[in-house]
Amino acid sequence: MVSPANISMESLNLITLVPMLIPIIGALLIIIVDLFKSEQDRSLYVMLSLLILGVDFVALMDTAGVFSKNGTIMGVFDVMLIDGLAILSQFIVVGASMLFIPLALTHKRFHEFTYPEFFALFLFMIAGFQFMVATDNLILIFVGLETASLALYTLIAMHNRDKSFEAAVKYFTMGALAAGFFSFGSMVFYALTGSVEINQIAAVLEANNYADIGFVLVGVVFLLASFGFKLSMVPFHTWTPDVYEGSSAALAGYMSIVPKIAAFVVAMRIFEFLIHSGVVWLEVILYASVVITMTMANVWALVQTDVKRMLAYSSISHAGFVMAAILIGTTQSNSALFFYWVLFSFTNLGSFSMLWISRQKNLPAHQQSDHSYNKFAGMIKTAPVAATIMALFMLSLAGLPPFALFWGKMYMISSAVTGGYTVLALIMALNSAIAGYYYLKLIVYMFMKEPIVENGGHVYSANATLSLKTIIGIAAIGTIFAFVAVNQLLEFITAFVYNSGY
Amino acid sequence: MLDHILSILIFFPALAGVLGFVVNKNSIRSYGVAVATIEFVLALWLWFVFDSNVSGMQFMEQIALIPTFGINYIVGVDGISLFIIILAAFFTMIGIASLGETKDIKNMIITLLFLQMTMVGVFAALDAIVFYLFWELSLVPMLYIIGAWGGPLRIYASVKFFLYTFAGSLVMLVGMLFMAYFYYQATGEWSFAILDWYRLILPESFQLWLFVAFFMGFAIKVPMFPFHTWLPYAHGQAPTIGSVILAAILLKMGTYAFIRFSLPLFPDASVYFMYPIAVLAIIMIIYTAMVAYAQKDVKQVVAYSSVSHMGVIILGTFALNVEGITGSIFLMIAHGVVSGALFLLVGVIYDRRHTKYMSEFGGLAHVMPRYATIFGVMLMASVGLPLTINFVGEFLSLLGFYKQSHILTLLAGTAIIVGAIYMLAAYKKMFFGVVTKEENKHLKDVNKRELLALIPLTIITIWLGIYPKPLLGPINTSVEAVVSLMHEKSLSEEAKQRIPSVAKDMALITKPTGEAH
Repeated sequence: MVSPANISMESLNLITLVPMLIPIIGALLIIIVDLFKSEQDRSLYVMLSLLILGVDFVALMDTAGVFSKNGTIMGVFDVMLIDGLAILSQFIVVGASMLFIPLALTHKRFHEFTYPEFFALFLFMIAGFQFMVATDNLILIFVGLETASLALYTLIAMHNRDKSFEAAVKYFTMGALAAGFFSFGSMVFYALTGSVEINQIAAVLEANNYADIGFVLVGVVFLLASFGFKLSMVPFHTWTPDVYEGSSAALAGYMSIVPKIAAFVVAMRIFEFLIHSGVVWLEVILYASVVITMTMANVWALVQTDVKRMLAYSSISHAGFVMAAILIGTTQSNSALFFYWVLFSFTNLGSFSMLWISRQKNLPAHQQSDHSYNKFAGMIKTAPVAATIMALFMLSLAGLPPFALFWGKMYMISSAVTGGYTVLALIMALNSAIAGYYYLKLIVYMFMKEPIVENGGHVYSANATLSLKTIIGIAAIGTIFAFVAVNQLLEFITAFVYNSGY
Repeated sequence: MLDHILSILIFFPALAGVLGFVVNKNSIRSYGVAVATIEFVLALWLWFVFDSNVSGMQFMEQIALIPTFGINYIVGVDGISLFIIILAAFFTMIGIASLGETKDIKNMIITLLFLQMTMVGVFAALDAIVFYLFWELSLVPMLYIIGAWGGPLRIYASVKFFLYTFAGSLVMLVGMLFMAYFYYQATGEWSFAILDWYRLILPESFQLWLFVAFFMGFAIKVPMFPFHTWLPYAHGQAPTIGSVILAAILLKMGTYAFIRFSLPLFPDASVYFMYPIAVLAIIMIIYTAMVAYAQKDVKQVVAYSSVSHMGVIILGTFALNVEGITGSIFLMIAHGVVSGALFLLVGVIYDRRHTKYMSEFGGLAHVMPRYATIFGVMLMASVGLPLTINFVGEFLSLLGFYKQSHILTLLAGTAIIVGAIYMLAAYKKMFFGVVTKEENKHLKDVNKRELLALIPLTIITIWLGIYPKPLLGPINTSVEAVVSLMHEKSLSEEAKQRIPSVAKDMALITKPTGEAH
């Protein structure tokens, strides 16, 4: 006879679940609305999602308040772990989602946005990412990861073009492989330590002084491969450009930010203790993969003929750049990771949105792909404002001061300097110089070439509506005036990262 | 207002540039000239209120930017930067005023105004990151000017210009971050303020590495041999106004930064690298002079001669004594005036004939006497004829380096004389002899608008050649402070010897400059 479990509600600490429950409930709400009255306009769903995310953001702010007062919060049988990393990454996830969702209100009708399921799936995905970052438990990480990924595959496929199906299937198969790697890696650690909690694993491994180093190696290699897929580290990156090309520009921009920050946080939790364990080969593996990811992605980006593919490779390179923070593993570098990613969100979402507003419904005959460089030739003559804003995002991505990403780059390189990675700092700096070339290439096309086809400039804002323009405006203002907020942001992030012990 | 005069000088053109978007296309030229004139008057006013007996920074402003990381907006001006700021304002003014018929003139003028912001910003910044900010930002307008208004190879030239400088500056940024980290280790506080860094004494091994990191950024900008290959392209393809600003102001950023950063921050490393850099500088002087002689294109001649003279500036800077550094700063101004004027003059003839090949010309002195006269004066200044502005700078630079090494100075001096050959040869090809080409027979002489730009430059060239005291005084005062700082900071015995203590030499220096001119 099993005695009934006696658990008090207080010990569950259900408040830790609130930020995840809000989007889930919101998603269900959207489905219910559709149930009662279908064929609603997409603007309804967009605004509902925006409101739900807004509520979620406020809930996060409350959680952040509790965290800064009482420190790390555990809940639900200590599965949930709300520390600074969880809160910061959820801020980025929800904030970037709020910037993304109004992009559905395009001028041209794209049919995925007419389905309420799109928005429901979107909110489920956010919940998945939130679970993924707010736990120490490898199983819950896995569940969150899969919830989010499965929803994302569907979102890509809903774009309903040949390339989108290809992209979705490619992403799905690669994601499945990554999931397999992740579960296998977790299994190895479970077998070694008898726990799926990362801090327990760390404690046990520490206690027996990494006796089974061979098995740890196997586990780490599998986990690294799985994160390699999720973060699109070279050589696991091959899906990225194709998937970005296949999905809508807005979603591609979203994918370059949100799934990655979630994966970064998990990688930070796992590799943090492994890096500091003094096992040299791990550092070597990470070092190599960081350098290779940064450099190779840059080199590939140089030869692209399509702006979206170029941006895909550039975001791989940026991910490699940021991965260096995990390798360096100091408080400054971990803060730099979040700092960089916040600034990157603005700039990168902005530049993908610029592609999104220039998206035509059908491909004209003279164009090879949706966003080939040729399309942007002579843009300054026909659409000067749009060209200037696009150039602004490119300069920011290249790391030109005083635009947003410069501060991120500077702080990141500085963390490499203070962490004792001088050579890495130089490699990072030189990679920024290489990257300068392909960002410049677009500027050269826009500002210095003659238009290939007379188009009167309407092509560049064919898809623009007020809401899209607002998002681009927010991104542009965030990019230009980042220096005003840099100080507060840095203090905020550093306090949160420091207080969670990273 | 005086408290904020530097900020006004920096941001007034940028603000005017933003407002310029509203101004009608037909009035934009007058708008540009008006704005640049106001800016120039402000710069002159700065000179007027500048106290030339003070060696330190004046009109300092400080606004917290990222205090947690030690980055603040700090600007200030001393004798070293004052005249380059005035020069920048001056050249933007006459550059806009002399602008010929150009397509998209509105974009051009707005770009020039933004460029002016970055130029003044670089020379006024006293925080390394703010300096870096303006330094990098200056690439963008120049990229656009070369890339949009340049010759057939303009895109290649502009991208090459951008990437070269960008790559170099990123290495410099790493150096700056290291410097700030060392400051943090020494004091427990982050700071990027240059004046804070001045107080930091680094071990020699650190100095060497950091010197190299900063050198990468500066040397590419100057550009020093062997990093000079971007410059002939940039000059060859750039429109006249681009070349003028590039040669007169942008290149000076590199040499100025050597004096602002490398020398006072790393005195031992400066002594250590003195000979290698001097050798590079002399190679630069001789090699580019020879290349210039081989050019068919008159603009390339001027471009290479400009590189050649930058070598003399570097040589003067790395004399590491008051005469040399004062001379090199004076030569920066002189070089700005003279090479800027030469590029303007080449632009004048290019506007008329749309070719820059010297073989296309000949006997122009008959057709365009006024043009030939002004060109002649500038050419004499360029080769360093006494009583012209260049002579003072070159003489002092060489005098300074003579104290370090007789032989190298002798080589450099000879090279400068050799430099006269190619300039005179070019002049002969273009202006003397009979008019061979039919097209050249009816060329119009310089018109009023062009004279408006050229006559002030001619006057300055001769006036400061005869009486350089107004500039040399304030420059000298500030340079003495820099040199004595270097002397105090230097660690090794050799450095102490190489960098003379100013107090001892003071009497020697002030007298000759006072009497000779």
